[in-house]
Amino acid sequence: VSEPAATELGYSKSEIMIAASARLLGGARNCFVGVGLPNIVCNLAQRTVAPELQLIYESGVYGARPERLPLSIGDPTLATGATSIVSMYELFAYYLQRGHVDVAFLGGAQIDRFGNLNTTVIGDYAHPKVRLPGSGGACEIAIHAKQVLVIMRQAQRSFVEKLDFRTSPGHSGDPAHDAARGWSGSGPTNVVTDFGTYVFDEETGEMTLVSMHPGVTLDDIRGSMGWEVRLAHEVGETPAPTAQELSLIREELDPGGIYTK
Amino acid sequence: MSKVTSMQDAVRDLVRDGDTVAIEGFTHLINFAAGHEIVRQRRRDLTLARMTPDVIYDQMIGAGVARKLIFSWMGNPGVGNLHAVRRRVEKADPEPLELEEYSHFGMVSRYMAGAANLPFFPIRSYYESDIPVANPKILPMRSPYDDGTEVYVVPALRPDVAIVAAQRADDSGDTQIWGLLGCQKEVAFAAKRLIVVVEEVVEESVIRRDPNRTVIPGAIVDAVVEEPFGCHPSFAQGYYDRDNRFYLEWDTIAKQQETLDAWLDEWVHGTANHREYVEKFGDAHWDALRPEQALSGEVDYGRYA
Repeated sequence: VSEPAATELGYSKSEIMIAASARLLGGARNCFVGVGLPNIVCNLAQRTVAPELQLIYESGVYGARPERLPLSIGDPTLATGATSIVSMYELFAYYLQRGHVDVAFLGGAQIDRFGNLNTTVIGDYAHPKVRLPGSGGACEIAIHAKQVLVIMRQAQRSFVEKLDFRTSPGHSGDPAHDAARGWSGSGPTNVVTDFGTYVFDEETGEMTLVSMHPGVTLDDIRGSMGWEVRLAHEVGETPAPTAQELSLIREELDPGGIYTK
Repeated sequence: MSKVTSMQDAVRDLVRDGDTVAIEGFTHLINFAAGHEIVRQRRRDLTLARMTPDVIYDQMIGAGVARKLIFSWMGNPGVGNLHAVRRRVEKADPEPLELEEYSHFGMVSRYMAGAANLPFFPIRSYYESDIPVANPKILPMRSPYDDGTEVYVVPALRPDVAIVAAQRADDSGDTQIWGLLGCQKEVAFAAKRLIVVVEEVVEESVIRRDPNRTVIPGAIVDAVVEEPFGCHPSFAQGYYDRDNRFYLEWDTIAKQQETLDAWLDEWVHGTANHREYVEKFGDAHWDALRPEQALSGEVDYGRYA
């Protein structure tokens, strides 16, 4: 697998993942945020394509205005200056379950071609090889957020034919079944990896490659997933992060390079 | 009547071997001081409940006080794994740990049912997930109103004892919280016995000046413990910041049972109480965690005499 060096292209893998994800938030309003990359994505989107974006954290914060980079979803900087702080029941019931979350971010140790995610165990549930954190809010977020963006690094062990455990449901592979679910969410809509970006095919619900990052080849893509990749009619090149995006990321959002090195 | 007591006495009188214990707090207001005292008093066979077992339960489980864990997300937030918990789950080292697993919404709803004296609580979650396969207590239910809705139900959780941290309370236990609320109110009402641990015990008049901020009434409180910095390395909004460096250090400490034991010997068994733990860190440590002031605006409740 050829991995273009950051120095050669002028940006890191994390930076193109952040920029590509932020552009997907254009016009979004209520966004359920996680720590790490999603947090930087949302703050970048707020300063570029989605000035109306309200940051919602499962810790109960609506409309956060963090003055420093939060190091957890319960960082005190999220509380000070927020629009509202509610109990976790209210957050999950009135905001998420009621259908007020437009977009949310999920990731996981494993994803399959239909966007189902595993954050629970590697191996057998009763005798796991690796015990992972579990659902947290992911299962209900997958069901209720209108749009779900998945940000994950791509590799054979994480992009798998069959999950060890389905923590959060994605598409079923049967569009008629999915349409009849009656969930407020429409399932995962986009996947952004360190290699490219994907959408989910409307006919089949299958992850479909729409763009490759500069310097990435189809062989790289194929070598890093456990199934034969489905291609869009036209697979383009992901636009590189702009100078404005890079300076926001490096100077304002993650000046220490904690998440973006 | 004053319910103010020491942590030592509160744990001795209210936490028993075999109990289901919930020390809640979502990142914010996690009462480590109580966890440490439970370790000092060497409680055994506890079932520990908590939405996010993090470093506090890694310490307690590493210390051997628990046989079972009820949870929805386990990890060291922003850092990585809970090594002591994983050793027990993956390798039964030094002994197995039973797990009972939900999602966040499921755990919150279990406390809601417990608090409201309901047998179960319905939520729209778990559809097409393997979580209800792993945990048969999560059950599907068709709406009885013939609207075709299927929900999942989770059973009420009524811990034998809950330990809830807060910024302040009066001596009868009327308790106020600001910042992240987590499920402090729900777990307080769900529990059979309740210990409230606060940064400051204040006059009743302070509570009465701002009744909307009161989340727990003294009527349901069994003991009030005043324990400054009692949540370290978690935080108390407006009092001290999260000690992120400690969360990082814990990752190294917990990797081996030997280093974990040595840490417990020095910082928990080696201190008589939380005041000694605080003094051991030194003033500079606490000064560095103190935030600048950001006062709320005041509202006018009006006087209706």
